[in-house]
Amino acid sequence: MTKVVLPELGEGIVKASVTYWNFEVGDEVKEGEDLVELATDKATFNMPSPASGILKEKLKEEGDEVHVGDTLAMIEEQ
Amino acid sequence: MNNGKCFVEYSPKPIPLDTSGKAKENNLCRIVDLGLVDYSYAYEFQKQVLDKIRYGNEPHALILCEHPHTITQGRMTKESDLLISPLKLKQLGVSNYSVERGGRITYHGPGQLVAYPVFDLNKLKKDLKFFLWSLEEVIINFLNNFNLEAERKPGYTGVWIEDRKIASIGIAVKKWITFHGLAINLNTDLEYFSLIKPCGLDVRMTSLSQIMGREIVIDNRLKERLVEEFKKVFALEIVEGQMNTQLSER
Repeated sequence: MTKVVLPELGEGIVKASVTYWNFEVGDEVKEGEDLVELATDKATFNMPSPASGILKEKLKEEGDEVHVGDTLAMIEEQ
Repeated sequence: MNNGKCFVEYSPKPIPLDTSGKAKENNLCRIVDLGLVDYSYAYEFQKQVLDKIRYGNEPHALILCEHPHTITQGRMTKESDLLISPLKLKQLGVSNYSVERGGRITYHGPGQLVAYPVFDLNKLKKDLKFFLWSLEEVIINFLNNFNLEAERKPGYTGVWIEDRKIASIGIAVKKWITFHGLAINLNTDLEYFSLIKPCGLDVRMTSLSQIMGREIVIDNRLKERLVEEFKKVFALEIVEGQMNTQLSER
């Protein structure tokens, strides 16, 4: 399993909110595909999937606040 | 929401103007002037340019344009930000789009200079805050050309002159490549802002023509000034010539 972790977005930016999941649990995703969109106040940020596999679990839903380093989802590699 | 304090004290190191080999390559930028175009056209254009940069190793692109009367709603928009019905908007001939940029609601229209920097932050600095700050810096320096003291407002993104907002910013990032951007009111008909709560704020908007008390024409000289400020803040090297793409500039 590969963790999808919120990376550093910039100096002093510690949190963002989940605005849009491009995939559902059970979907197959490829490494590098836009997996989930996050937003800070004036910027949105698309997070690529770190691995190819099945989206096994979403740990954050749309509207949830996430902090840098938080795990957003789990990908089961194939 | 931002913590206002950090904005006041935030003074990042500029991108060094290094003209040696790789650094120079990383700072190459193409300028594309679309003129007055529909929002949807400029939007598709940005996305195609972004793909070219992402997969084709194209240099950064700075897209300049103006839009006809348009309302756009960013990801943070609240229903109450639009003060009239979508039907009424249509009757007034104002286009209305929901888009994936950050921020809330805004208005675009003739007389407003819009810049969409499609920049690969992998080659500049992977820092969203730095990027937003730099866009503000570009606008502030641009307005300095008119001997105006424009400034940031603690806790908010955008540029203000006294207590009025003159420029708005909202961006989106894919693979650390930016799109969407900034809008500066030069000769904008400010009446249109009464249709919305700009950026969700109870804010009074202004324009350069309102402040200067004369009409401001968006001509090439003015656009070149803005490009010049982009060049300085992002240490860009301007590349001449067309982008390697089938995209027409219409």
